[in-house]
Amino acid sequence: MYKNIKAPISDEEIKALKIGDYVYITGKIYTARDAAHERMFESMNNRDNPPFKLNHNIIYYMGPSPARKGNIIGSAGPTTSSRMDKYTPLLLENGLKGMIGKGKRSKNVIDAIIKNKAIYFAAVGGAGALLSQAIKKAAVIAYDDLGTEAIRELEVEKFPAIVVVDCEGNNLYEDVIKDYRTY
Amino acid sequence: MRNISCYDIVRNIKEMCIESTHYLSDDMEQALNKAINDEKSELGRQILNSLQENLDIARKDMIPICQDTGMAVIFVEIGQEVHIIDGNIEDSLNEGVRKGYEEGFLRKSVVEDPIYRKNTNDNTPAIIHYSIVAGEQLKLTLAPKGFGSENMSRVFMLKPSDGIDGVKRSIIETVELAGPNACPPLVIGVGIGGDFEKCALMAKHALTREAGINSEIPYVKDLEIELLGRINQLGIGPGGLGGTVTALAVNIETYPTHIAGLPLAINICCHVNRHTSRCL
Repeated sequence: MYKNIKAPISDEEIKALKIGDYVYITGKIYTARDAAHERMFESMNNRDNPPFKLNHNIIYYMGPSPARKGNIIGSAGPTTSSRMDKYTPLLLENGLKGMIGKGKRSKNVIDAIIKNKAIYFAAVGGAGALLSQAIKKAAVIAYDDLGTEAIRELEVEKFPAIVVVDCEGNNLYEDVIKDYRTY
Repeated sequence: MRNISCYDIVRNIKEMCIESTHYLSDDMEQALNKAINDEKSELGRQILNSLQENLDIARKDMIPICQDTGMAVIFVEIGQEVHIIDGNIEDSLNEGVRKGYEEGFLRKSVVEDPIYRKNTNDNTPAIIHYSIVAGEQLKLTLAPKGFGSENMSRVFMLKPSDGIDGVKRSIIETVELAGPNACPPLVIGVGIGGDFEKCALMAKHALTREAGINSEIPYVKDLEIELLGRINQLGIGPGGLGGTVTALAVNIETYPTHIAGLPLAINICCHVNRHTSRCL
């Protein structure tokens, strides 16, 4: 049972989501990984604006492979979110509401998710070809020189993900393992 | 004495780059199918089915299985009777990678300096491990390595008194710490013995062994089977979202070592364990 949610995401949609919920995301999301986060972090610490409006937006931690001629994008699965942990609380304090990636987040990030009523989704790691099918448009909007690490605006339709940390700080990665651990 | 041309090296490496990133080897596909049957968690099975669907789309539409098409790791076994002609072997290996990553629409994921980090824009240089063997063949093994899993790998300089229990404990601890970050289900490459860099090299090389093939050394085979069982009891599961299949294989290589040491390296790989070999 998938819940359809929109991007940018509203506070009401966030509040209604719980860990373990399957979602289909439709709308505009923004890609950024290590190098782009480093630049945004530096910009914002220098009191400059980030290259796109953060408010209510969702960042997808992803660097695509190049698109074949006629295709919108190449393979486009998530990268490991924890590498962006250093930068995330500042983004959440400045209006970012959602993140799509994979893997655990630090306590600082989870605290910032709770404080700012945000949400963290996981997409299936290693399913880059499958996930690319949900991307209908892709355009570089900042940091073009970073190649695969540039910031891209993606228009997605029914992008599949699962809620792993909800706005109350519940953490799916910690919960489910208990069900299956016998060692 | 047998001549092998650099032109053939470039062409083969190029083809291997494209092949390995779009088609998973048979042993890995079989391991994934087996996992779907073994996995007790419903979400786990769904994730594994998505991974299977992903493989189908990758080969049908020629989209890389995973967007992290990796840093090119190449094992080169050169027969003593081989004479390389038409160029420089290192340049040719890198040219093959350059062509493969360009013509194959693969991601350029290499930066020229670890601190200043400017992308090289052609996925070179490759990481190349040469060995000289008997005979007159040149064997190339390409294993593009993604860094989500690479980042979860570890080296331990254990004490001899830590023994086999210390080895088991360190391997399991490494997998626990990796958790969801390395995209389970995992393939675990282990090197025991040698020295600091030898054990790490063995661990990487162990990942190129076919999944499902165990060590020929009886106690090592038992260790591989035991560790696979224990790792699958950790509950991490596919995507780290809980389940009974956390690893598809544990491959261990060993080597003699110093009387004062027990070096241990664990090279984690995800389920997109890419490896392909050709003999020239």
